[in-house]
Amino acid sequence: MNPNTNRRFPTRLDIRKGSVDMTHGSGGRAMAQLIDEIFVKHFNNELLCQGNDQAAFEVSGGRMVMSTDGHVISPLFFPGGDIGSLSVHGTINDVAMSGAIPLYLSAGFILEEGFPLADLEKIVISMAQAASDAGVPVITGDTKVVDKGSADGVFITTTGIGRIPDGVNISGELARPGDAILVSGSIGDHGIAIMSSRENLEFETTIESDSAALHGLIADMVSAVPAIHCLRDPTRGGLATTLNELAQQSQVGMNLKESSIPVKPAVSAACELLGLDPLYVANEGKLICICAQQDAQRLLQVMQAHPLGQQAAIIGEVIQNEHGFIQMETSFGGSRIVDWLTGEQLPRIC
Amino acid sequence: MCLALPAKIVAIDHALAMATAAVGEVKKDISIALLEDVQVGDFVLIHVGYALNKISPQEAEKTLQLFAEAGLTQELQP
Amino acid sequence: MKYVEEFRDHDLAQNLSRSIAREVEPARQYNLMEFCGGHTHAIFRYGVQDLMPANVKFVHGPGCPVCVLPIGRIDNAIQLAQQHDVILCTYGDLMRVPASGRKSLLKIKAKGADIRMVYSTQDALKIARDNPQREVVFFAIGFETTTPPTAVAIQQAQREGLKNFSVFCNHVLTPAAIQNILESPEVRELGSVLIDGFFGPSHVSSIIGSQPYEFFAEEFQKPVVIAGFEPLDVMQSALMLIRQINQNRHEVENEYTRVVTREGNLKAQQLVSEVLELRRSFEWRGLGLVPYSALKIKQSYAQFDAEKRFNVPDIQASDVKGCECPRILRGLKKPTDCKLFGTVCTPENPMGSCMVSSEGACAAYWSYGRFRQTEQQPEPSIQEAVL
Repeated sequence: MNPNTNRRFPTRLDIRKGSVDMTHGSGGRAMAQLIDEIFVKHFNNELLCQGNDQAAFEVSGGRMVMSTDGHVISPLFFPGGDIGSLSVHGTINDVAMSGAIPLYLSAGFILEEGFPLADLEKIVISMAQAASDAGVPVITGDTKVVDKGSADGVFITTTGIGRIPDGVNISGELARPGDAILVSGSIGDHGIAIMSSRENLEFETTIESDSAALHGLIADMVSAVPAIHCLRDPTRGGLATTLNELAQQSQVGMNLKESSIPVKPAVSAACELLGLDPLYVANEGKLICICAQQDAQRLLQVMQAHPLGQQAAIIGEVIQNEHGFIQMETSFGGSRIVDWLTGEQLPRIC
Repeated sequence: MCLALPAKIVAIDHALAMATAAVGEVKKDISIALLEDVQVGDFVLIHVGYALNKISPQEAEKTLQLFAEAGLTQELQP
Repeated sequence: MKYVEEFRDHDLAQNLSRSIAREVEPARQYNLMEFCGGHTHAIFRYGVQDLMPANVKFVHGPGCPVCVLPIGRIDNAIQLAQQHDVILCTYGDLMRVPASGRKSLLKIKAKGADIRMVYSTQDALKIARDNPQREVVFFAIGFETTTPPTAVAIQQAQREGLKNFSVFCNHVLTPAAIQNILESPEVRELGSVLIDGFFGPSHVSSIIGSQPYEFFAEEFQKPVVIAGFEPLDVMQSALMLIRQINQNRHEVENEYTRVVTREGNLKAQQLVSEVLELRRSFEWRGLGLVPYSALKIKQSYAQFDAEKRFNVPDIQASDVKGCECPRILRGLKKPTDCKLFGTVCTPENPMGSCMVSSEGACAAYWSYGRFRQTEQQPEPSIQEAVL
């Protein structure tokens, strides 16, 4: 913690009842206090506590990876997480999907005037916990305040960097006909958890967001099979959209088997209720893996041995197809095309 | 049209003509204003937040039998 | 999920598939119209067509209340939101339907109009209670399944003495639509649209009963089978239709006996007749003016009628040039026959309602079956990968 805190600020922030105001973003004393008593206090790592506008660190050479994400989710707090933990997990995952070991995070906050300090602290504590659990510290950040009505409480942008181990080359254009397609667990959990907290769509359910940092799982996978072709996390747009992205990038088609795709019964029921297709519902703690056919069983075993991959399954294979079509054999026995998500999936009556 | 879903009634508030319906373990509060004589344990069809009709367990069973028998009837014919 | 999963069973599907294959007369063509968009959706989503023999064709009908809503009515709703500053409550289905001037409810929401998506009329009532100083209008659409919930809401609003709640009523009637199709020259005289039998709608029938269809079966000499919503229901109903066609029968049969009775839901019917009455005629997209095909709010509930409250004008709007929705809705053309399909008109950039609505023929075609003809069935080598 910054040793200067006590000298500079005569009274502590009123976290219980206080709220963000424009002075907290003006660069003056109020902002310094906000940073010290909320951000630095909870993120609490050596680099951040140096108190500079940047963080300096050594890199061991090799290929570096950088990724950035803006988080604007609403509601801010939902079953299984909040915007804070989500932002940490999301960026760690983006970095890790290249096979890289995530090293550091930065976090930029855009705060809405009037946002309760108590909520801000909750979010920061959650982020700090997520970062600490993952072993990836938040070493630098920024804060701005905007007028009331210009943000949904808080927007968070996280950037992460990592280092790819030698010999690892994972990228979206490397899927080849004959490859196996695997998913690390049940789909649709996060999106449904979010919907369950939204106004006008309330229902009792035990579904929680699956928001999680996947770099540990990925490290195990890469260690067992360094020659993985593709890794990607099916976030917005769901499994279907992400598979379409990969198919397009690699210029291949895919065959899927619906009965192999894990979906929790409660998620399935919630989707039926709302007229949603689980294939298009967002996930925040799952990954898709495409690998050579002969590596599939080994990878499956490794994934299932990890806490975040226990429900992992082989769901299909990559085929030759110039149009990039994804065809799925339905559990019913017929077949259908699995296309990109169009617009936003809205609950329907028809 | 008419995305409707079978659900089980697990609780009823007769005064408000509302009930809690469960689809698996997902519960939703719905209106029972369109039905007479609903009991806890009944299965109903829900659509846009309302229970439209009761589902007859006997008829459901009969229908499933029909599916299973469809092939058999043909087999038996000479 | 009880009463859902059993009706999607893989092995029973194989069973039915074999039965149907055995019972079709090889030289005969069977054109079966599914009126209800929900059936269209089920057929595509589960790939039912793959389990049917080649001489059985599904003809997609105009049973999609979003698809048949004329553009002018959406223009009206947009006006209500923008010019009268109401809170417009709508089902999700309507958000992206294109209206005149390339507007849509979603687009005007982005520009600041207060459009709220609701799941139920109960939600709209709550919004009205929570915002007593604002006018709240519920954009009501749907066939007979969705009409009783609107009637309940209007009566509830009256009982509670709500002063700021009204309904923009666009409820339409199924038998009128079926009649219109069956009477159209293309079907009746020219024979350019061949319909050998009908799948009766599942949930409309749960409200109105199977009785109203007896007229059609008799008058037009076509069999009707009221079909449940699940893919096994569709297949069993196809089998029942095929049998009737083979035996030259034209009766109303009920496959969906677990929900549908001959009289239907009398309480719901009663409630609707207390609050709503027939319009002399109503414009349907693709079908033109259809007499006695839609409902309006009765005089006794006039204060809840948004059309009266806000003097909603009659807007005659036209489809985008080249859009074949009207003909596709009547089964005269396939989505691939429309020049705009897949070029200008895509799910991201829909020109007409057939592409926006999740069960419009064009959307279904795009999502599920677009290239069925050009693609050969790939070899199922997934088995090896799994084992």
